[in-house]
Order: sequence, then C-alpha cells, then structure tokens
Amino acid sequence: MITRVGNWIGRHLMITMGILVLIYMYIPNFVVALMSFNDASESRNLYQFQSFTWNNWLNPCEPNGMCESLRVSVSVALVATIVATILGTLASFALVRHRFEGRSTMNLFIFLPMATPEIVMGSSLLALFVAGGLGGKLGFWTILVAHILFCLSFVVVTVRSRLAGLDSNLEKAAMDLYANEWQAFWRVTFPLVFPGVLAAALLAFSLSFDDFIITNLNSGQTVTFPMFVWGAAQRGVPMQVNVVGTAMFLISLAVVVGGEMSSRRRAKMLAAR
Amino acid sequence: MTTMQRVFGKNAAYWLIGPAALWLGLFFLVPMLSLLTTSLSDPAGSPIYGYDLTWRVQNYVEALGDYWPYLVRSLIYAGIATALCLVLGYVLAYAIAFKAGRWKTVMLVLVIAPFFTSFLVRTLSWKLILADNGWVVNTLQWLHVMSPDGRLLATPFAVVAGLTYNFLPFMILPLYASLEKIEPHLIEAAQDLYASPWKGFLNVTWKLSIPGVVGGTLLTFIPASGDYINAAFLGNPNTQMVGNKIQALFTTGGDYPHAAALSVILMVLIVAMVMVYVRRAGTEELL
Repeated sequence: MITRVGNWIGRHLMITMGILVLIYMYIPNFVVALMSFNDASESRNLYQFQSFTWNNWLNPCEPNGMCESLRVSVSVALVATIVATILGTLASFALVRHRFEGRSTMNLFIFLPMATPEIVMGSSLLALFVAGGLGGKLGFWTILVAHILFCLSFVVVTVRSRLAGLDSNLEKAAMDLYANEWQAFWRVTFPLVFPGVLAAALLAFSLSFDDFIITNLNSGQTVTFPMFVWGAAQRGVPMQVNVVGTAMFLISLAVVVGGEMSSRRRAKMLAAR
Repeated sequence: MTTMQRVFGKNAAYWLIGPAALWLGLFFLVPMLSLLTTSLSDPAGSPIYGYDLTWRVQNYVEALGDYWPYLVRSLIYAGIATALCLVLGYVLAYAIAFKAGRWKTVMLVLVIAPFFTSFLVRTLSWKLILADNGWVVNTLQWLHVMSPDGRLLATPFAVVAGLTYNFLPFMILPLYASLEKIEPHLIEAAQDLYASPWKGFLNVTWKLSIPGVVGGTLLTFIPASGDYINAAFLGNPNTQMVGNKIQALFTTGGDYPHAAALSVILMVLIVAMVMVYVRRAGTEELL
C-alpha cells in the first residue's frame, strides 16, 4: 500500500511540480501581455493595471524614440546574426570534421567568451576601443563588433552538436552512388545540418536583440531597444514597451512552432516514400 | 570531409576556423589585454584621450578597499540564486526528461520561449508583481507571514528572486541534456535494488546527472554574478552588485582604471572559483 502511494506520488507529483515551475516562468510574460492593454494615460502609477485599452497596440510608435531604437536593434541583430552564423558554421565544420593541430585549444577558446561575465567582456571591449582612439566614435559599428563576438560562441556550440550527431558515412554513401563531392555536400550534408544552422541563427538574433550589459558600455550615443527600456525605466516606462515584448514573444513562438511542424511534415513525407 | 579539402586545399581546417579564430583573438583576447593595461594605468587620464600605462598596482588595492562589499554581495546573491535555480530547474528538467511523454518537445519549447520577450521588460514586470500593494504582498500580509508594513520590492529578496527567475532556463537546459541520456531501466533497477526511492535517486539519477549539474550551475552563477539589471530595477542602493559599480565607474564616473581593476578582480575570482568547483565535482564523480 505504502509503496503504491509512493509510486503514485512519484508518477504524478513530479510532473505537477514541473508544470508549477513552468507556470512560474510565465508569470512575467503574462503580466507583460496584460500591461500591453493598460491605459496608463490617467495615472501616475505605471506599475498597476488601470483600465483596458487597444491604444497601445494601435499606436505602438507613440513614445518618442522607441521605434527608432527598435530599428537600430533589428539592423544590428540582422547583420550580427548573418556574420556570426557564417563564421560559426565554418568553424564548426573544422572542429567536427577535421583533425588539426590546436583543435582542442580552439574548442576551449570558443567556449571562453561564454564563461566570461558580460560586464567583463563589455568593459574589456570598451578598454580596447578607448585605447585605440575610438572613445569618441562609439556607436553602431562598435555595437556590431561586440554582438558578433558573443553570438559566435553560441553559434559554434549549436551547430557543432548538430554536426557531431551526423554520420559522415552518409556522404560516403552518396559518393558511392556517383554524386561528386560538391553534390554530396549540398544535397546530403548541408540539408542535414541546416536545422542546426537555423536554430543557431535564431539564438544569435535573440541574444543580439536582447543584449543590454555589453551594448550599454559600447554604444556611445546610439540607442538600442533594451537601452531605450533602461532609459525609460528611470522616468516611467511607456506601456508600448509591453506591446513590443508581447509581439516579439508571439513572433518567435510562431517561428519555432512553424519550424518544428515543417520538419515533422518533411520527416513524415520521407518515411512515406 | 573531402569536399572541404578539395575546395580549400590541404589546410582546409585552418581556412574554415581562421575567420572565427581571428575575430575571437582580435575582439576577445586583445581586449582582455587592453583591460589589464587600463587597470594598471594612471587614473589621471580621460576616456577620450586615453590613459598612460604607469603600472599602478595601487588601482587594485584601492578598488578592493573601496568596493569589496559589492563583490561579496554579488557572490552571495548569485550563489543563493544558483542554489534556488538548481532546485527549481531539477524538478522541471526531471519532469520533462522522464514524465512528460509526448509533451516533451512542447515543454522544451516552452522553457526557451520566455527568452524571446525582452530581458529588461520581463525584469521590470517583477516590479509590478512584487509591488507594495500587489497581490503577492497583500496575500502574505493576510496570511501574517509578513508584517503589515513589510515589503518585497527594493529588498535583497527581490534582487535574488529576479536573478533566480532570469537565469533559470540556463540551469534547465544542461540538466535536461544530461538527465535525458539516462536509461530509464537504470532508474527502475535502482528502485528494485535500494530500499527507498530517495536512496535510489541519490545513488543513480543524481550521480549520473552531475555533468548537467556542474554545467547548469556554471551557466547560472557566472552571468548572475556579473548582472546588474536585477539589482538596478528590483533593489535599493544597499543591494547594488559589483556590475552596478563597474558600469557606473565606466559611464557616469569616467574612472576607467579603477573600473577595469574591479572587472579584472571579478574575472579572476570567477575563474578561480570555477576551477576549484570543477575539480571538486570531477573527483566526486570518480568516487
């Protein structure tokens, strides 16, 4: 009897507690979504729900400078994602598919930026830029250099794990079937690695878009979206900030779910053949 | 493998890794050296015209003397947050790995998804949740857990809670990765062999998940100890962490040498702690 009770608890208690932890992780997202419908125009207390309005969603660009900061963030994130994904994917191929001198050193070297607190990485870049005489020229380009740097390691880690799970015999099999090396790469290896590359790019984009600590030290007068939120937090945050937060969440959820569904459909089609 | 060699020649690997290695060298290693030289420079310079390297070790003594409470506070807050993340994260990672069944993928996506709402916006929302007249405080006061004039916002509690919330996904993912590799039959066998499920858990599941525990605690502790957003939004002037101080010295203070020295001290502390920790966990794993 006691063991049966214990088993029941073991089976259902863990999943219940797990779901409770998941709910806890979503409390802020729920609050952000709720506050995106808050009419704060009448009240001075910005941290309480007053009354319902569509206005924030209909006029997202109302707060001065917010949409400009969004534009800066999106363009930095796009360029940083493209550069970091290309450099990182090439490096992953070298690390997984090649044996070369200094390979284990490289593996450690790539991991180092992830083990460095952002405040240290940000201040070291600032020290370099100032020592290089760029102290007065901080802005878009210095932000970009920093973002490519911290995205790079995450891209390598993501693509590397996908690549390591791939059987290199698949390419050899393709070549046995008279594919030349170029065809084998583009028709066999690349499609198999592509989901990993895509996941890495998505991760890089969200890391870059969301970064504050490193950006704040190296941005000069340029304002990204997180920096806009930081500045606004001192005075009182416009409710439109919550609109951006909620929209970002919905868009990326759609991308992730869509990607998952299309890869499942493809797997089904291949299995049916 | 041979495709790459055909395109790039014999040194294919170096052509592939070269660009990434160059970027890391130029913008990670060189800046670290730059940070070191700045930390040993004369504070009399300025951010626009640069600082003279005078090997002024005194910067370190002054930075430690003036700001050691911030360092200690950062390590304590980050340590507590990491421990809380480990408990919460283990529960969820365990549930996903062994109990979620066909909902596994959905739950994993749900763990990552909050990431995509801005970090700062989510942290600000805790201001509303923990507010003095919010439902959390009201409920606790109604239950007499808290005194009627007690508050959560602008306390160390709020800062630690914010850190715990923000870095929880960094704990869950490595934990899940190592728990997922454990063969469920091993756990069943342990339950057959050991008297209590608790003992079975400790001797089998926990031991096999140690790599995930080490990875997760590092990925939580390192960013948490350098963070200053939570302390700035949810704390008060007496709960500021070392990140707040470094940031303030660099931006509003304009005192680069002392800020750089404080940065180097934080980095050295973390590297030393990580090395001791990994070595200890490694030997425990062997036992």
